[in-house]
Amino acid sequence: MTTYFNEMFQDGEVRIPYARLEGWTKRMPDALRHMKQAEAEALFRRIGITFAVYGEGGDPDRLIPFDMFPRVFTAAEWARLERGIKQRARALNAFLVDVYGRGEIVRAGRIPAHLVYRNAAFEKSVVGFVPPKGVYSHIVGIDLVRTGPDEFFVLEDNCRTPSGVSYMLENREIMMRMFPDLFRENRIEPVDSYPLLLRRTLASVAPAKCKGDPTIVILTPGHFNSAYYEHSFLADLMGVELVEGQDLFVEGEYVWMRTTEGPKRVDVIYRRIDDAYIDPLCFRPDSMLGVPGLMDVYRSGGVNICSCPGAGVADDKAVYTFVPEMIRFYLGEEPILNNVPTWQCAKEDDRKYVLENLKDLVVKEVHGSGGYGMLVGPKSTKDQIERFHARIKDDPGNYIAQPTLALSTTPTFVNEGIAPRHVDLRPYCLVGERVELVPGGLTRVALTEGSLVVNSSQGGGVKDTWVLAE
Amino acid sequence: MILTVEHVTRYGYDRPVRGLVQSHRMTPASHEGQRVIDWEVGVSDGLAGGSFRDGAGDRVTSWSVIGPVSQVEVTVRGRVETKDTGGILRGHRELVSPHCYLQATALTHPDDALLALAEEARALPEVLDAAHLLCERVAKAILWTPGVTQSQTTAAEAMSQAQGVCQDHAHAIIAAARAAGMPARYVSGYMLAEERQDAAHAWAEIHVPNLGWVGFDAANGCCPDDRYIRIASGLDAQDAAPIRGWARGDGQERLEVAVAVQTVEQ
Repeated sequence: MTTYFNEMFQDGEVRIPYARLEGWTKRMPDALRHMKQAEAEALFRRIGITFAVYGEGGDPDRLIPFDMFPRVFTAAEWARLERGIKQRARALNAFLVDVYGRGEIVRAGRIPAHLVYRNAAFEKSVVGFVPPKGVYSHIVGIDLVRTGPDEFFVLEDNCRTPSGVSYMLENREIMMRMFPDLFRENRIEPVDSYPLLLRRTLASVAPAKCKGDPTIVILTPGHFNSAYYEHSFLADLMGVELVEGQDLFVEGEYVWMRTTEGPKRVDVIYRRIDDAYIDPLCFRPDSMLGVPGLMDVYRSGGVNICSCPGAGVADDKAVYTFVPEMIRFYLGEEPILNNVPTWQCAKEDDRKYVLENLKDLVVKEVHGSGGYGMLVGPKSTKDQIERFHARIKDDPGNYIAQPTLALSTTPTFVNEGIAPRHVDLRPYCLVGERVELVPGGLTRVALTEGSLVVNSSQGGGVKDTWVLAE
Repeated sequence: MILTVEHVTRYGYDRPVRGLVQSHRMTPASHEGQRVIDWEVGVSDGLAGGSFRDGAGDRVTSWSVIGPVSQVEVTVRGRVETKDTGGILRGHRELVSPHCYLQATALTHPDDALLALAEEARALPEVLDAAHLLCERVAKAILWTPGVTQSQTTAAEAMSQAQGVCQDHAHAIIAAARAAGMPARYVSGYMLAEERQDAAHAWAEIHVPNLGWVGFDAANGCCPDDRYIRIASGLDAQDAAPIRGWARGDGQERLEVAVAVQTVEQ
């Protein structure tokens, strides 16, 4: 029987960060709780935040359940996480500059060449180009799980366009509206500076050709995209234009935006479109979402694209294994946050171990996301395990395996009252001239009893995440 | 040898387009086998955009034309002094790892015939011998026949038709070489010819340990020498295309190409 770390109760005692929440729950009778829950849902509906997190697909109009019970970190806990997250974000960017340059880490034999250069996310067309300030990934979403008081593991890195930050902001907004007393009783670090910091980060990586205040836009694939709400929300909060491909065009050395007052030069594009679609001249010729000629302007220094095309090679699940090595190689430091031990099914010894221990392991597809195409051994039937056995043997390179982690739980409101449910955490690290992190992130919670899968497509919800001031 | 090039590409639209954007890889780089004396690319009514040398060492230049326009002419004129290096690309400044050229593309996906060829090549201990073998086999397997294949024809299709042009030869060599674990790429360029041509030339390059990239032209059964000018490379013809363009508007596009490559008597 696995024991799970409960973030609120340890040995029958309430842990310090949650001290003031015990009284709060006691003062809240069921009837009031139901009322508040309905109110929260109505608020979420009104603001229209219904998208699926992390591009998981599913019904775009479905509301992701919001759990009112906050998840809390102490200042000391957060300080360590912050150092670890920033360290990782720096190393990932150093790796990207290196592999699109001389590839020292490959030459030094610290990571196999094929994992980098034959990676589907490796972008040959940007080799030799160093983006402004040497930053490829400006918003690094790092998915963390906790297994004990001081034990955190990085599940995966997201260097392209991690989504979900609007939940972090809206969850806080709604909690403050519904429970203002809680925010007087607890000294909670604010997260609402995120849009300002994001804007400052993007402005700090404007190309050298841009003089003065850079013009920033968010490039969205359009309103049918599941994260469209987040795109327009961030554009609003940052005070920048939300554009689609057809609103931009290339002329001469620059990218221009059509406006009612005529064309306006664009300096920084925060794109929420995948690499393959941003420029039909460079990538998929059939793409209608992008801007023809954009990549030439980018590579000749006329505009910056955030995240930079090609950034995805750093967050691939097979490359993930080497992030601790990147931290040592580029920063000369020891990793503050640990990776989950990972077996590569492509390696014969690893594969043998994985196939023999499927019932205890979590198996993931190398390029999969959203909790699909994944096997949670201990929670699977014999049949499911056998099917995965065959799939791994068929295409071993496509799979990695990890031990089933004893994900921590936090108290969560359920039908029967309050019960522990498993959670993870995605903080959003900003990398520009400076590396910054707002104290908080998105906590996802597996609402189904016993479930370890927090993805919203599989019954996951979200929580407000608090970091207490000293 | 000094070679002169005149290469005109004419786009015509039955209805005027509102504007167009092009990305060019039409300028040769200097290396041991070639020294650019002068070279000029022009686009009628065109506005030159950014220009840079990419990781493969190729000069990329962006152009835009503000419409409405119903005809656009891209003119290349230049002189290059060439030297025979036995097909070996030496002194070419580039950063892309040869590993990047192991990846199959839609145009170079190997079928059984190409895989069999790859097997045969793999059996040879020396990569250089294997590369020559591929070039010979492909030259025999695909008879040079203009007009049978088009720009979207895959290596496998050309092999089964047993006919094609230089693009098909290059694709077939590349497909088999990659399947045999040898990095290979598509090269666009020019070749000396007595008559005017209606297309530029293309061949394959295979990466050979200790030598670097070596060119193989199955269409002419040789390695590129001083009759060749190397322009740009890529994973396949599409990736190495001299001109990639995008027109705003729904006009039908017509394309005319005239190429003249001659020697200057010294």
